[in-house]
Amino acid sequence: MLKPEVRDQYTTTIGIECHVQLKTQTKLFSAVGNDAREAPANTLVSHIDFGMPGALPVLNQEALRLAVKAAFALGTEPERFSKFDRKHYFYPDLPKGYQISQYDEPIIGKGSLQITIDGEVRTIGITRAHMEEDAGKSTHPAGKDYSLVDLNRAGTPLLEIVSEPDMHSAAEAKAYARELYLRMRYADVSDANLYYGNMRFDVNVSVSKTSQLGTRSETKNLNSFRSVEKAIEYEVNRQIERLEKGEAIVQETRGWDDAKQRTFSQRSKENADDYRYMPDPDIPPVVLSEDYIAEIKAGMPVMPDVWRQRLSSLGLDTAQTETLIDAHVDFADEHYLELLEAVIDEGPLAKQLATWLVNVDVPFVREQSGERQPIERLTLYRAVAALVSANKLSSTNAKALIIDLLGAASLPANIEAFATDKGYIQESDEGAIAAIVSQVIADNPKAAEDVKAGEMKAIGFLTGQVMKLSQGKANPALAGQLIRQQLGV
Amino acid sequence: MSAWLPISEIARLVQTGELKAVDLVEQALATISEKQDYNAIIVTLEARARERAMAIDAQPTGRLAGVPFIAKDNFLVFGADTTAASNILRGFEAPYQATAIERLEAEGAICVAKANLDAFAHGSSTENSDFMTTKNPYDTSRVPGGSSGGSAAAVMLDMAPFALGTDTGGSIRLPASYCGAVGYKPTYGLVSRSGVVAMASSTDVIGPITKTVADAALVLDVMSGRDDLDGTTIDADPAGYAELEKSLAGKKVGVIKEYMAEGVAPEVKAQIEAAIATIKAAGAAVVEVSLPSLPSALAVYYIICPAEVSSNLSRYDGQRFGHSYADATSLEESYKKSRSTGFGKEAKRRIMIGTYVLSSGYYDAYYKKAQTVRTKLINEFNEALQSVDFLLGPTAPDIAFKIGENIDDPLKMYLTDILTVAANLVGVPSISIPAGTAHDMPVGLQIMAAQRHDRQLLGFAKEVEGLLV
Repeated sequence: MLKPEVRDQYTTTIGIECHVQLKTQTKLFSAVGNDAREAPANTLVSHIDFGMPGALPVLNQEALRLAVKAAFALGTEPERFSKFDRKHYFYPDLPKGYQISQYDEPIIGKGSLQITIDGEVRTIGITRAHMEEDAGKSTHPAGKDYSLVDLNRAGTPLLEIVSEPDMHSAAEAKAYARELYLRMRYADVSDANLYYGNMRFDVNVSVSKTSQLGTRSETKNLNSFRSVEKAIEYEVNRQIERLEKGEAIVQETRGWDDAKQRTFSQRSKENADDYRYMPDPDIPPVVLSEDYIAEIKAGMPVMPDVWRQRLSSLGLDTAQTETLIDAHVDFADEHYLELLEAVIDEGPLAKQLATWLVNVDVPFVREQSGERQPIERLTLYRAVAALVSANKLSSTNAKALIIDLLGAASLPANIEAFATDKGYIQESDEGAIAAIVSQVIADNPKAAEDVKAGEMKAIGFLTGQVMKLSQGKANPALAGQLIRQQLGV
Repeated sequence: MSAWLPISEIARLVQTGELKAVDLVEQALATISEKQDYNAIIVTLEARARERAMAIDAQPTGRLAGVPFIAKDNFLVFGADTTAASNILRGFEAPYQATAIERLEAEGAICVAKANLDAFAHGSSTENSDFMTTKNPYDTSRVPGGSSGGSAAAVMLDMAPFALGTDTGGSIRLPASYCGAVGYKPTYGLVSRSGVVAMASSTDVIGPITKTVADAALVLDVMSGRDDLDGTTIDADPAGYAELEKSLAGKKVGVIKEYMAEGVAPEVKAQIEAAIATIKAAGAAVVEVSLPSLPSALAVYYIICPAEVSSNLSRYDGQRFGHSYADATSLEESYKKSRSTGFGKEAKRRIMIGTYVLSSGYYDAYYKKAQTVRTKLINEFNEALQSVDFLLGPTAPDIAFKIGENIDDPLKMYLTDILTVAANLVGVPSISIPAGTAHDMPVGLQIMAAQRHDRQLLGFAKEVEGLLV
């Protein structure tokens, strides 16, 4: 194990390349289905994906539109001029002998995003992002003298987002990865399903004792935020240990063994590959008009950083805010933030709703499994809020009512009647509660004396007894008030 | 006299039932068989052609109803062998077909055979075909030009009323010039390249080889226009190309100074000068035009073209289709042996040059610089074509050379393209029409126009053709 004082002598520098699969119906350059998740091998392949003689790529306009959205999501604008290039290498899962990518004039130039670490906001620069096609999938059955190639994934549209080497800890890198994920989801650019590899991270890590950057390793194909964090932690330790032993760091590509929680060497990069990039003459350069860009910009959804500000100004703390930020994409069908958006100008209601969503709705939905009927939530919450502000519902009963309604097959026509039937409506008749209060004081003389002696905690106990006796229907605030009144405090 | 009527006339007579598509197909197949010693044809599509002919006779519609044609063997024709005259594609059966073929067939044309070419269209003589060398119909000891030599020879041998070629640096116009045919290279992007084995994607165009300008214009009219399968295609002229306007008197013609300089055989130059005098006498204004970057065009072409060739030929790796070295024991060996035994000498030469000029450290010095000069050339052409309607010169510096004459000297072979490559680099339309003979061999007159001025160019060429008969 490294001693912290040794570790602290080193500065870690991290840059991340992230491949995001764009959410299109068809591939980047061919009219073939893009969803390779369940398809049998080599069934989503056209003459274009197969690299047939005479086959030409034609740019998918939807992929372009999504890339333009991604530009706004990354805090920048799309480049007005960009082009596609060919990156050459031979491999069986690369049918044309070159990958179509964007080399020196990508669709997205410099951008940035913010992450918060320990309450401190940091800006991480985006160097660039470019569109490219994915390769096919090779498998090498153990003990066999052949390999298998599945071209279903070949030609899938990817956006590769390259960060500046602006991160200095595994925690920052993880936060950056999560923020990228959220932005891609909020912008609806990608399903970003990590399990299916819709989003993959390559992390470049180096350590140095001086202001000069150390030799870096690149750990490829990480598909969870946790593996990003763990792989970086492992790499930092490995590199420092080597340097402490007087060994050099080799510039290389490494893989991540999730079972063993360690990185391993894949291939040395000492001899840089020569990909012989050249402009792809089959694809005319992409020239975007101002109208086109403006139209997409106008339709951009609100990004998580803006939502964080809104939620915090509604009084949510960081944890509550992040619960909603995540829930918006984890439970996209519930449309949480759209719901809040609809009432954002009704201050108290928005605040009340946000609290209910965080404390009641999200935990409820998280517990559910299987299909549920969509519930008209705005109607639900407006009705519950009205009952609360009319003093007819305690906060505890409000929560119970919300859960009942969320679980209902459909929303009852009269929510107050439903709440009454359920026994949630609280008693606010002063005479009736006063009678119960008298009885409770009579039954609990010790507590009554304590209150009189100034032990205010006992009021809580007595109020609890009133609630119990009223079967939860008494308005607790009113009960407390009447207890004080009758005991003369 | 041609054995075939004008294409529009054939189609009209098939439509009225006066001619039968089946008879036209038999005529084409019989001629092909009779003249097989010319080595113009790689494969005939007898069964397919006969079947289509019967279907057309049953319902004789289409602007090319029943018209037989021959495609250069780098066009994918559904179900037919497509080799590009290369061993690496021997036995490759096309699983889809070229948009150009699709459009011609939709108007009733019938593909009867696939013509010989320099393998992958690399060459100026068809001598680079991995299978055979086509003979010039005028003199069998001479080459037909290339790379669409089989197509040009086939048309002049009356095997079909028209043939398709591809022109990357002159491959339609040069054989047209050498064989005495009309060869038309359209504006870049006017005809879809989808389904045609790529040579150099930024200069490849598809065009007809015919005996008359009118036939070429009709075939172009059917094939041209935007295609969803080729992102570089452009819209056709709304007026089409079939009905051409008279376009000569009052037009301004620029004779390219650099094309009439030394290096052009005196006998060829004399024929071109005579043609120019005729054009002038018919009422066109003739001026001399200089395009100072033209002498660099060939050098630029032989950097950009091999660069794109090296990239486009990457897919022939022996893993999915075509020739594969059977005894390989590793992936690396399979790649190396499949490619080294499958590609011919010229393809390998171009792959080597192209790989070199794209390599890190050489890219700027070669590829990038070549693109800079190309842009300069484009600007010079644009400027010249603002002051004149057409540019004019010989198609080739000399008549067809002898078979074997240049085969060991690639540089000399490349020089035959010296007058044609500029139109490809610039993307402008260019036509070669017969303009007399020298040493009893045809001489071609080359006429170019501004991009998308195909209609004007064809109209002008048609009138010049009438004057030069």
